[in-house]
Amino acid sequence: MKTLNRRDFGVAFGLSLAAAILLPATTARADDVEVHIDNFVFQPAELQVKVGTTVTWTNRDDIPHAIVSAGKFRSKTLDTDDKFSFTFTNAGDYKYFCSLHPHMTGMIKVE
Amino acid sequence: MSGRDHGEDGVSRRKVLECMTWAGTGVLWTITGGVPHSLGIIDSAQAATAAAPGMSFLQISDSHVGFDKPANPNALGTLEEAVNKINALPAKPAFMIHTGDITHLSKVAEFDNAERIISQSKLDVHYVPGEHDFLDEEVKLYRERYGRGTKGAGWYSFDAGGVHFVGLVNVVDLKAGGLGNLGAEQLAWLQDDLRGKSKSTPIVLFAHIPLWTVYPEWGWGTEDGGRALEYVKGFGSVTVLNGHIHQVMQKVEGNVTFHTARSTAFPQPAPGTAPSPGPMKVEDAKLRSMLGVASINFKQNEQRLAIIDTPLQG
Repeated sequence: MKTLNRRDFGVAFGLSLAAAILLPATTARADDVEVHIDNFVFQPAELQVKVGTTVTWTNRDDIPHAIVSAGKFRSKTLDTDDKFSFTFTNAGDYKYFCSLHPHMTGMIKVE
Repeated sequence: MSGRDHGEDGVSRRKVLECMTWAGTGVLWTITGGVPHSLGIIDSAQAATAAAPGMSFLQISDSHVGFDKPANPNALGTLEEAVNKINALPAKPAFMIHTGDITHLSKVAEFDNAERIISQSKLDVHYVPGEHDFLDEEVKLYRERYGRGTKGAGWYSFDAGGVHFVGLVNVVDLKAGGLGNLGAEQLAWLQDDLRGKSKSTPIVLFAHIPLWTVYPEWGWGTEDGGRALEYVKGFGSVTVLNGHIHQVMQKVEGNVTFHTARSTAFPQPAPGTAPSPGPMKVEDAKLRSMLGVASINFKQNEQRLAIIDTPLQG
């Protein structure tokens, strides 16, 4: 993985996730799903996933971010290119935000 | 935005925009007869400092020690340059305030390095934290170093030169979708702290995130900042000093002057001119031309700001 630059990594990772992410737009099966942070935005901002899905956030900004869903999960501070993963074992709507930049918000809908 | 704020006060839109294009090193404030005047930053402040009797103090902000990304691979180095300039002032300021984001990631080594450089100014420094200073797992490093004698997350007040200074913390307990946050406990303390103060006492409030709403789309404002401003409404002279946005922005509302200081680490884009806030990469040769000097003068009765900016280079 160290030999891959960000774009290559994204392509490789994206291909492995293509079925999960691209078929019905934001609905995925219980596979791993990725959220990117670019320019202070969670992309995609809203995701629908099945119970058991692991979501991995990657910070691609030059500034740290941290991901918090009140009472549900909380990442450490993510510096550039750091990742945080959480496996959703219960259905429900998980609103989350960046605890450093609270105007950044996102949502994971688990069904 | 700026043109509307200042157009009638005699400061042209162009002047304000000019001032927003430089990242600088620090603001020198002086207080004569209990009324703060900003004399400008560093070099251009020297003549004024020599000529004007009274108390002077400095504001530095957003040193982000530990930041090493392309926008400035050596944030510690530019902090040191700022401190060297402070040391070269002919008249020694009474003290300095640091309006937060001392470090980039709240690491021990970052706090150590910041202290090592800033202490070379041999000035008392009154700190308030930025959100980057509370990132260690136990959220204790800032408080261990700078929280002694403070309340709550680190707020406090002190008096100097006939002026009442209040350091506020608006970077903790932030709510999803919201802005900076002072919280009920701190607001109650502030109200109490100001109770009984003569209305002629000049007040300086300082905090990391702007207490007024600069640009909510980027989180540049404080959710309950208006409450704090209500408490200072009756005072004849109020100055609000902030950092966080890494550029100079100011406005006057009644007796209240708002001012944000530049960073010593890296510039950020002007509101709405980029997809997002964050470190702004400029050409290497241009970075130090963006480290500039500004003088801000205001007179209590005229409510008029004069902004003069001079780049350090070019």
